[in-house]
Amino acid sequence: MANHLHDFLIHLGDNALILGHRLSELTSHGPVLEQDMAMTNIALDLVGQTRNIFQVAAKLQGNGATEDSIAYTRDATSYKNILLVEQKNGDFAKTVLRQFFYDAFNYHAYQRLLKSSNKDIAAIAEKAIKEITYHLKWSAEWVIRLGDGTEESNSRINAAIDDLWPYTEEMFKFTDYELACHDEGIFPDIHGIKAEWDEEVKNIFAEATLTVPEDGWMHDGGKRGVHSEHLGFLLAEMQFLQRAYPGQQW
Amino acid sequence: MVITKEHIYDILEKVQDPEVPVLSIIDLGVVRDVVLAEEGVEIIITPTYTGCPAMDMIEVGIKSTLQDHGVEKVKITTVLSPAWTTDWLSESGKEKLRGYGIAPPQGAAKSKRALFSEESGIICPQCNSTNTEMISQFGSTACKAQYKCLDCEEPFDYFKCH
Repeated sequence: MANHLHDFLIHLGDNALILGHRLSELTSHGPVLEQDMAMTNIALDLVGQTRNIFQVAAKLQGNGATEDSIAYTRDATSYKNILLVEQKNGDFAKTVLRQFFYDAFNYHAYQRLLKSSNKDIAAIAEKAIKEITYHLKWSAEWVIRLGDGTEESNSRINAAIDDLWPYTEEMFKFTDYELACHDEGIFPDIHGIKAEWDEEVKNIFAEATLTVPEDGWMHDGGKRGVHSEHLGFLLAEMQFLQRAYPGQQW
Repeated sequence: MVITKEHIYDILEKVQDPEVPVLSIIDLGVVRDVVLAEEGVEIIITPTYTGCPAMDMIEVGIKSTLQDHGVEKVKITTVLSPAWTTDWLSESGKEKLRGYGIAPPQGAAKSKRALFSEESGIICPQCNSTNTEMISQFGSTACKAQYKCLDCEEPFDYFKCH
């Protein structure tokens, strides 16, 4: 189904779903109880946001599609999430930094979706922005704490920056479906997001005594369905039940 | 028997929030409207948090409680906008929370965008001290933060402003 609104909804939902799933892998494995609960709470918010988005996509798609069929019966090449969110959890510093890069983008993107010409998207954004605000606060605080922490925590987050920085540009490399949504006011002022993201990262990194890297070679492809090797493994686990027992319900 | 809106609201008072059973869904502000039509009763609800797992149980609770009271045809519609806020929590709901050992939200919901801004001066539900501090903004459910009291040294849940 070629439709820029549908593609955009799938992209938004996949970002939240894949990151939510990644965080859920840490449930009961967090470094301390409070942070285990924080990551689990964020995962729950993200999967909840995914459900809202996929419900709208399913209605648009018709033919008996449901939020579950969209999440559980597509293969990796149909997923449109950015590569950043499918990267493995790594250590706590990497998990935190991945979250911060995403939250800083998401916060400023959803501020725009609040004004979307599409009423369903605007309503979802109104609900989600409150939650995303908590997420950004949490991840930004941890970037500062790890950067301006011990020698060990500083070296860990610097290693995470080296790993993840090449995945940041993809957020601002807008696809045809995002640009088409922009033109129709579904995703307004798309080109203003990068400057706000840059400012956010610059300020938090300064407080964390971290250096914003120079831009080098950057990965992209996720939004078009070209993924890193990690997504297939993630989907194999996430989709197992519905693949083995189609239509199974709790 | 003629069913009125007030009658339906009275019945809905009996439906509890599964995660904080001391609150009814009316106290919580989850019920946005009740529409009476010939085809039946439509209950319009809004989720507290998007991923709140209690919402499915709340829907089941609404249907079964209304049916127990002879209201057979019930349709539940979920709306996202306007987004739920703790400002909709009833005064009696806040009292019930305090009695249950959960500090109710203090003040009006506002943007907490500012970095490190915490809600301070939260009143400990055990000893009423305001000498408390936040442990984590994420608690045992999406709607709660974890705090501790520096006077009685007990941890407690705070139903955070949202």
